[in-house]
Amino acid sequence: MNFELTKEQEDIRSMIRDFAEKSVAPTAAERDEKEYFPREIFDQMGELGILGLPYPEEYGGAGSDFLSYAMAVEEISRVCASTGIGLSVHVSLCSWPIFHYGTEEQKQKFLRPLAEGTKLGAFGLTEPNAGTDASAATTTAVKDGDHYILNGAKIFNTNGGEAEIEVIFASTDKAAGLKGMSAFIVEKGTPGLSFGKKEVKMGIRSSVQREVFMKDCRIPAANLLGKEGQGFKIAMTALDGGRIGVAAQSLGIAQGALEQAIKYSKERVQFGKPISSNQAIAFKIADMAAKVEGARLLVYRAAYHKSHHLPYSKEAAMAKLVASDAAMSVTTDAVQIFGGYGYTREYPVERMMRDAKITQIYEGTNEVQRMVISGAVLR
Amino acid sequence: MEILVCIKQVPDTAEVKIDPVTNTLIRQGVPSIVNPFDKNALEAALQLKDKHGGKVTVISMGPPQAKEALKECLAMGADKAILVSDRAFGGSDTLATSYTLAATIRKIGTYDLIFCGKQAIDGDTAQVGPEIAEHLGIAQITYVAKIEVNGDTVSVEREYEEGYGIIEGKLPLLISVVKSINEPRYPTIKGTMKANRAEIPVWTMADLDVDEQRLGLKGSPTQVRRIFTPPQRTEGVIIQKDTAWESVAVLIQKLSDAKII
Repeated sequence: MNFELTKEQEDIRSMIRDFAEKSVAPTAAERDEKEYFPREIFDQMGELGILGLPYPEEYGGAGSDFLSYAMAVEEISRVCASTGIGLSVHVSLCSWPIFHYGTEEQKQKFLRPLAEGTKLGAFGLTEPNAGTDASAATTTAVKDGDHYILNGAKIFNTNGGEAEIEVIFASTDKAAGLKGMSAFIVEKGTPGLSFGKKEVKMGIRSSVQREVFMKDCRIPAANLLGKEGQGFKIAMTALDGGRIGVAAQSLGIAQGALEQAIKYSKERVQFGKPISSNQAIAFKIADMAAKVEGARLLVYRAAYHKSHHLPYSKEAAMAKLVASDAAMSVTTDAVQIFGGYGYTREYPVERMMRDAKITQIYEGTNEVQRMVISGAVLR
Repeated sequence: MEILVCIKQVPDTAEVKIDPVTNTLIRQGVPSIVNPFDKNALEAALQLKDKHGGKVTVISMGPPQAKEALKECLAMGADKAILVSDRAFGGSDTLATSYTLAATIRKIGTYDLIFCGKQAIDGDTAQVGPEIAEHLGIAQITYVAKIEVNGDTVSVEREYEEGYGIIEGKLPLLISVVKSINEPRYPTIKGTMKANRAEIPVWTMADLDVDEQRLGLKGSPTQVRRIFTPPQRTEGVIIQKDTAWESVAVLIQKLSDAKII
């Protein structure tokens, strides 16, 4: 068994950490405060090859692997979870289904600009009445000659309105239920496609989640991804990968909070000594560090499985469950260690704590992760 | 255009400490980085290449681990890297270093421009660049903050404490650059991966046409008498809120937290 990263993975990590610290971290607090989506950071990530990290060079990617990609999401999220989720949705939920299920033509037309970072991607599955229960979705797609006409609405669409390419799910056969769901590539600017309100959120405030409306939105039939009826499978496999992204985001948040807590506890003096010399604080930090490392192993293993074409659905669910719970608990403890200061916006730990909560909810709630895991282990 | 860039791997001074007893740098556990001014030099070279075409070769004299620094330069977009490394070079001062690097450049043969950072952040001498130009018998312009190349004419802005001088020179030319000249680019993922696979040739004394007496410790007239840490000034805090009123409020809070008032 080998726990060592390759030299290439190490170099990619250190390059991304450098980028994250110099170009993402300095504006993280202000972007959170102002709910500002930083397209310029995404453009820069595109130029550096981060937006196409795991995809082959023939499709405009950097030709690396999913472990490097997970580390990229981790490193970005360590300083800004909002940017981390934008990256994860772009790579895992929009680019990946096109990479995996797309035709050669679709890959050249849509994956290439996504991987090169000239276009941003989004993923539209969730609807007002169809969250965990995707079968309740009401968006429809009706074939009309060499077009499909889409009607319906999506919510909580990450990168929505900012992204040029959306992978949208719609039913092509209502009667068939989940088996009648299909996946479509929809380009921003298509007549009939519009965006509604931007959600005002507790955390990840510098990332955008918008409503998406489709009203007689005509898209070329060539934009059907996979086959008719394959949509639910495409959504579920994309979400399996997306969970690795969210798990990596959680890990990054937890790592960032841990580092902040360690630094502060050594600097903060009470009763004439640094608070880190109190066992109550030191033990808390020990627990935090252990949780982060435990989560890291699960996240990297799930990413390793995906890179090596091994089954990763259960692994991704475990990684997401454990890492998001670690993020919530480690950030909460970090705020506790900072005391009153931790509750203020003077320090980043309160933002990290707010950001952490969503990781237990999206990409499948942690209850859904338990369904996936129990389904796999009780089989 | 053939452009050479001389770089040095240095300890990250943000992390470095000096042993108070021996007065030498404590290098253990200190990360090594590419000398920041040399990154500006590389960026200047890459920008000229982007504009005029050509090739950028990075050279460094140092121990085998300096390959890491050269790899970072390749990742940023340099075409080629050469490490000059030999036990015989150990203990070189600026004269022996510049002599060795000049010999390396002579072996490379063709070049239009040689870029250096204005100085290294560990030694801070700012001597190696100018000395290379002297060994090679070519012109040099130091402390450059802006460059334009037109045919074989180079016009630059040279930074002084109180302003700029506009200077023109003819190729071939050695230029040392200051920090304000540019913002070094990040390595790309592809560049990082390519650099990782790159083989960096190592040139030893045997590869160079050099006089052994002028290398390493033997060729170094400089003797370090004493190195000491100047007394440390504690860092100040700048409070800058939107209004003076808010700044004062923060100041009062800080003073009262510190039990000064």
